[in-house]
Amino acid sequence: MAVPYAQKMAESQKEISISDFFAKNRQILGFDNPSKAMLVSVKEAVDNSLDACEEAGLLPKIFVKILRTGNKDRFILTVRDNGPGIVKKQIPNVFGRLLYGSRFHAIRQSRGQQGIGISSVVLYSQLTTGKTTTVISKIGEDYPCHKMEILINTKLNRPQIVSSEVVLWEPAHGTEFQCEIVGRYQKNKKQSVLEYLRSTAIVNPHVEIIFEDPDEEVFRFQRVVDKLPEHAKESKPHPHGIELGVLKNMLHYTEARKLTSFLTNEFTRISPRGARGLLDKADIPDKLNPKRLSLDKIQGLYEGMQNMKFMSPPTDCLSPIGDRLIRKGLRKEIDSKFAYTVTRDAKVFRGTPFQIEAGIVYGGELSAGEQVQILRFANRVPLQYQQGGCAMTHAIERINWRPYGLEQRGGKGIPVGPAVILIHIASTNVPFTSESKEAVADVDEIIDEAVRALMDCGRRIKSHINKKKKLKKVSEKYTLIKEILPEIARKSSEIVKKPQLALDEVITKIMNVHVIDTGIHYREVGEGENKQQHTEVTIKVQNYTQKERIFKLLVKVPDTLIQGIYPESYKMKGEVIEWDVGPVSPARSVHLGFTLLGLDKDEYEEVDVFYSKLPGEVIGADPA
Amino acid sequence: MAKKNITNGNKQASDRLKKIAEFVYEQMKDGEIPHLEVSSRTKNNIVLSEDHKVWKYGTDVVRRSAKDLGGATNILRSLYTVDFIDEMINSGKSSTLRGMYYISEGWNKAKFPTQDESNRLAEDLEIITKCMREDFKLRPEEDGARVIGDVTLTEVNRKGDVKKINCKDDVGDSGYGIPYNVEEEKVKFKKVNAKFIIAIETGGMFDRLAENGFDESHKAVLVHLKGQPARSTRRFIKRMHKFSKLPVVLFTDGDPWSYRIFASVAYGAIKTAHISEYLATPQAQYLGITPSDIVNYELPNDALTDNDINALKSELTDPRFNSSKWKQEIKLQLKLKKKSEQQALAKYGLDFVTDTYLPEKLAEMNII
Repeated sequence: MAVPYAQKMAESQKEISISDFFAKNRQILGFDNPSKAMLVSVKEAVDNSLDACEEAGLLPKIFVKILRTGNKDRFILTVRDNGPGIVKKQIPNVFGRLLYGSRFHAIRQSRGQQGIGISSVVLYSQLTTGKTTTVISKIGEDYPCHKMEILINTKLNRPQIVSSEVVLWEPAHGTEFQCEIVGRYQKNKKQSVLEYLRSTAIVNPHVEIIFEDPDEEVFRFQRVVDKLPEHAKESKPHPHGIELGVLKNMLHYTEARKLTSFLTNEFTRISPRGARGLLDKADIPDKLNPKRLSLDKIQGLYEGMQNMKFMSPPTDCLSPIGDRLIRKGLRKEIDSKFAYTVTRDAKVFRGTPFQIEAGIVYGGELSAGEQVQILRFANRVPLQYQQGGCAMTHAIERINWRPYGLEQRGGKGIPVGPAVILIHIASTNVPFTSESKEAVADVDEIIDEAVRALMDCGRRIKSHINKKKKLKKVSEKYTLIKEILPEIARKSSEIVKKPQLALDEVITKIMNVHVIDTGIHYREVGEGENKQQHTEVTIKVQNYTQKERIFKLLVKVPDTLIQGIYPESYKMKGEVIEWDVGPVSPARSVHLGFTLLGLDKDEYEEVDVFYSKLPGEVIGADPA
Repeated sequence: MAKKNITNGNKQASDRLKKIAEFVYEQMKDGEIPHLEVSSRTKNNIVLSEDHKVWKYGTDVVRRSAKDLGGATNILRSLYTVDFIDEMINSGKSSTLRGMYYISEGWNKAKFPTQDESNRLAEDLEIITKCMREDFKLRPEEDGARVIGDVTLTEVNRKGDVKKINCKDDVGDSGYGIPYNVEEEKVKFKKVNAKFIIAIETGGMFDRLAENGFDESHKAVLVHLKGQPARSTRRFIKRMHKFSKLPVVLFTDGDPWSYRIFASVAYGAIKTAHISEYLATPQAQYLGITPSDIVNYELPNDALTDNDINALKSELTDPRFNSSKWKQEIKLQLKLKKKSEQQALAKYGLDFVTDTYLPEKLAEMNII
């Protein structure tokens, strides 16, 4: 009898190691071409360093260097951080084993979601150059510093230590990673290492990055905030945000003995009553051991979870950057006249919490005739590829920007104007379009939130542009009454040989407007411990009309300490200071003001003034 | 040293210009925002003046008010210009328009950004005062064009001497040059021995007619227009016509821009409609090239450009072309989508224009 064919086949059917698989499918990891490989390598190493520093509560300081070798396609990449270091035993595992790490099963917002990890760079290096990767790490002042050269055994997905020694290393703690890769270095491109680092610096204002490029040019991205972002908490999965396979795994590995306790303990937002209801519907006895559930019943339970209503998941596991910090980051890296940022409240899609932040900078050195630049981020990591396929881009394209003062062909698509738009999504599970994690999928809830955030930014841009236009008009009128009109009076009296005229009446008639001028002056008072940050705000209302005016003036103030409000006849209504002003005679002005404490320089950029009961044209404020 | 002669025209101009300053001064004295009013210089604001049979500005006015920076600056510039002109009149000097533009460099806030602005302001002042630029002692850069024919006139030269000139015998091949001032005090017509006056757009055609002796063979006065004719050229034609009562015909290229040249000679230009009665010769007739000529004489031609087509369409609504003959010709040309130059007549030889075309057309017009 002949040997059944299946038995023959079985001989050649063997487990393919994960390393082997990725060795044959490099593009899944993002190493499609030499320039992308360069970028992804830097990105994985930097993300790794940032996560390590933040987890240990250390303010990250990262050094990145790309060095040319004798071979024009090969570069040596070095990334050094001041992180907690890695204990000797774990070094080979972290760098020499794919899919090794603690993050995979935690429901938490982290950078690491973005890639397969630093070991993929080691593998790429090994596959393209055959060289070992060198790791130097030290975990503290009194500990030895280890230096290891490693490779990955692609068949077994296990690290292979080529050499290991103790060396002298100056830093107190940290890790240095060095590998040689085949790549291409691109300068002055949107998708370049430099742009990636600049973008990273914008959304991580607590990070300091020093970058030395292959031409030995050094770029420094300074730290502007000395506080680490709040640590994202871990959270349990929400019944709406889970997949069938994950549910199966959870049932298999749970320590709970009863299904009710499994459901209430391992999920968020399932109450004991909810658990009983679920099991009832799926016709499963409460007391059943989770491990003994049949495939059919698991399917039934899963469907029940999707169909039943639960409270939304808690959102405190998210760590948004915060509008103030985004503004600081943007201001630091982009030279512009105006910046506005907004952090929306956390929302939920399919049981997954997420939060949208947006920012827009306008004017200054930015070029007016081109499409606005879009900076996309997911969990503080810049997304540099597939802009056109990303939900965040789609949100921008959906908005009619023309009413907000940006050009846009047909009221659709990416607007044109001197602006940069930033969008950040923070989520425990960012829904990417593909494994390469370069674009966010079109989830309605996400697009809606992004549209709202962007429209908020748009409104601010518009009011900024309007204010600028009106101020230009005022400055023209000032030139008119201060320079031109006196000349007209002088020249005409000279020609007709009659005495010079007084011009007050003509001036009020020409202006016929109320002008509200605001000023912001920052200064530091005292020294050392007693140093105080004072932001002094002044408001001047000038009545250039022919009537006496009595009106109300309101100023919206930020949530901080306020002192020295003058005149003292004010009322505080929530975040608004309200004055009854007047009577102000024609051609007269009044001064108002206050001091904000504890704000950084440039943190308060525009005084929002509103008025009521002021007829006629008002420049420099909006009606309340 | 130039002779100091202040004419009546100069004196009147000086008085009226001062009235502008007074108007501004009095408004401010009353606490009013000063303003000036000038006729609007657009196609929609020209109307046929019954008295003079020429096109003049209608009642639309543009108000230049000191309410905004642009208007205020305009008023200040007007005052500086008034002062400048007054000074020139008093010191017996004159300036070119370009000269005034450069002098304004020293006027601080009243400085002109471009020469167009200073030219326009000079026109504003002409309109407000109803005086001519020549009375302001302002003259254009370009001199007038050339004349060949049996015309005898006297001209007061720069030394103040009266010179008698015959435009056929006392001139070279380029003919008599028309000066910028052709008023009575400068140029006097003595005798015109001809049957008609023919004004020609291009220098090439003017020279062809001169070379072929058309002035003598057909007893014609040839005037070269040099494209869009200068004011002095139009004024010269007007005065020569008034003196001699001879018919005036225009011979130009066959395109919309040439029709405008004819309109400015016959009816007045939109920009100078305030002085149309001085410049325009309503009796002037258009000889050709007409769109019909392109067909009848099978002339070599070019396709109309988009600009040409727009200009033709705009002429259809221009009151100066509001006659059935013009409308018919313009519509024909829009249909043909073709234009021809004067020189296209050379298709039939160098003498065709003087031996055949012009005699045929002039006979058609009952001029010879």
